[in-house]
Amino acid sequence: MTAFTPASCAPSNSPNDAVIAETLLPVLGLSLSVSLAATTMAALIGVPLGALLALHEFAGRRALVITVNALLGLPPVVVGLAMYLLLSRSGPLGWLGLLFTPPAMVIAQAVLATPIIAALSHRALEAAWRDYGPALRVLGATRVRALPTLLAMQARPLATALLAGFGRTISEVGAVLIVGGNIAGHTRTMTTTVALETSKGNLDLALAIGLCLIAISLAVSTAAIALGGPKP
Amino acid sequence: MIIRTLLLMLAVALPAQAETITLASTTSVDNSGLLAKILPGFTKATGIEVRVLAQGTGQALATAARGDADLVLVHDPEAEATFLAEGHGINRRQIAWNDFIIVGPAADPAHIAGGKDALAALTAVARTTSPFVSRGDKSGTDALEKRLWKAAKIAPAGQPWYRDIGGGMGAALNAAAAMDAVTLSDRGTWLSFNNKRDLVVLVQGDKALTNRYDVIELNPAKHPDIKAAPAHVLAEWLAGPDGQAAIGAVTVAGQKLFIPSAANPVP
Repeated sequence: MTAFTPASCAPSNSPNDAVIAETLLPVLGLSLSVSLAATTMAALIGVPLGALLALHEFAGRRALVITVNALLGLPPVVVGLAMYLLLSRSGPLGWLGLLFTPPAMVIAQAVLATPIIAALSHRALEAAWRDYGPALRVLGATRVRALPTLLAMQARPLATALLAGFGRTISEVGAVLIVGGNIAGHTRTMTTTVALETSKGNLDLALAIGLCLIAISLAVSTAAIALGGPKP
Repeated sequence: MIIRTLLLMLAVALPAQAETITLASTTSVDNSGLLAKILPGFTKATGIEVRVLAQGTGQALATAARGDADLVLVHDPEAEATFLAEGHGINRRQIAWNDFIIVGPAADPAHIAGGKDALAALTAVARTTSPFVSRGDKSGTDALEKRLWKAAKIAPAGQPWYRDIGGGMGAALNAAAAMDAVTLSDRGTWLSFNNKRDLVVLVQGDKALTNRYDVIELNPAKHPDIKAAPAHVLAEWLAGPDGQAAIGAVTVAGQKLFIPSAANPVP
């Protein structure tokens, strides 16, 4: 077994730990950058979609709400497989050459996080629009002009929506494994490393990386809540 | 637009590489540490960076057949023959071999310890209904296991003692260690596996347990988008004196992982 213990997430001075830290830091960096990029993409699609569903009445709105909520249970491996078939050189988007690259992982994870962010934004904005919409309209606000006010009012639930999306992406293994390929130094993330080390029987190391992953989630959530307002 | 910008930013953030190829390989050569030990030398000598996809042989060949890899390194002669016959691959060369072993709990419920005969061992496992873990993932190891059962005239699928886990070699060893079950493993993964618990080698030395690793280049006529030229350089290197020496030098716990055999392929 290695000298890398569950207690030490940060690199220490022993040479063995230094080697592990050298290989783990890029893995950690990739996990974070892919998840943040995917969450950003999902937010840019999901929040406007949630606002549209909350504020506008249109034909098919109910069906769309049901669909978005149903997609909360989207299985990552199925998304991974679908993206694989799309991005494979034999697939319709094969000419992009994205399979087994970080951008492919970002796209797959954005697909997974978008319904979560859309559904939670929809709920948050729907409630605010129901409660304050009439007053805002009396004051002369159109739906579009009321939106910034509603978003500001619901900053905390919206932050939770983004965190839920981030949580989905940083913890996910099925889709990134299929479209990323778990290539060392290129598409290996924290979660695929845990799976790999478990398969090599390095259970201590796998657990240590798993604990690091949880620590990162905790840090991100703390930061988001600190930015979201004075009270948790 | 924003999505495109994000993708471009990610693409730019990736380190620039002169030439990069994708090698679809088996978990046994990657998890055992072989490729991690020999490929840096290749990259240093040629400037070609190799991205390793560690999959079972079945999946590796399927990936390559879709044009998503530039070279394959696998160990299932029958699946390889089909791959070649379908026109996906050219220029198959054996680069190394080691052996498969039958491992199981030291308590040895099937009384097969110390044996050499793989078929006799599997027959004893079935007779004593000792738990047996099968990969069930169309890997090279899985394919050999299925051939051995067939040769022993036993149909284990569906039997309560036969546990098809549908996973890689490491997953199968973890499962066998947890269930005190017998399983078939390649020696490379076994040597570098760190969660053996009560598992020991029970049967080894049967000719039927020879484990040959072949490198196969992709047919550029069928897959025009693959990087055939640098892939050929890697294939040549693996089969050439430098690669062969590098393969022969890799040891785990004092034991050689693979025996280079490009010059003298084992039958």
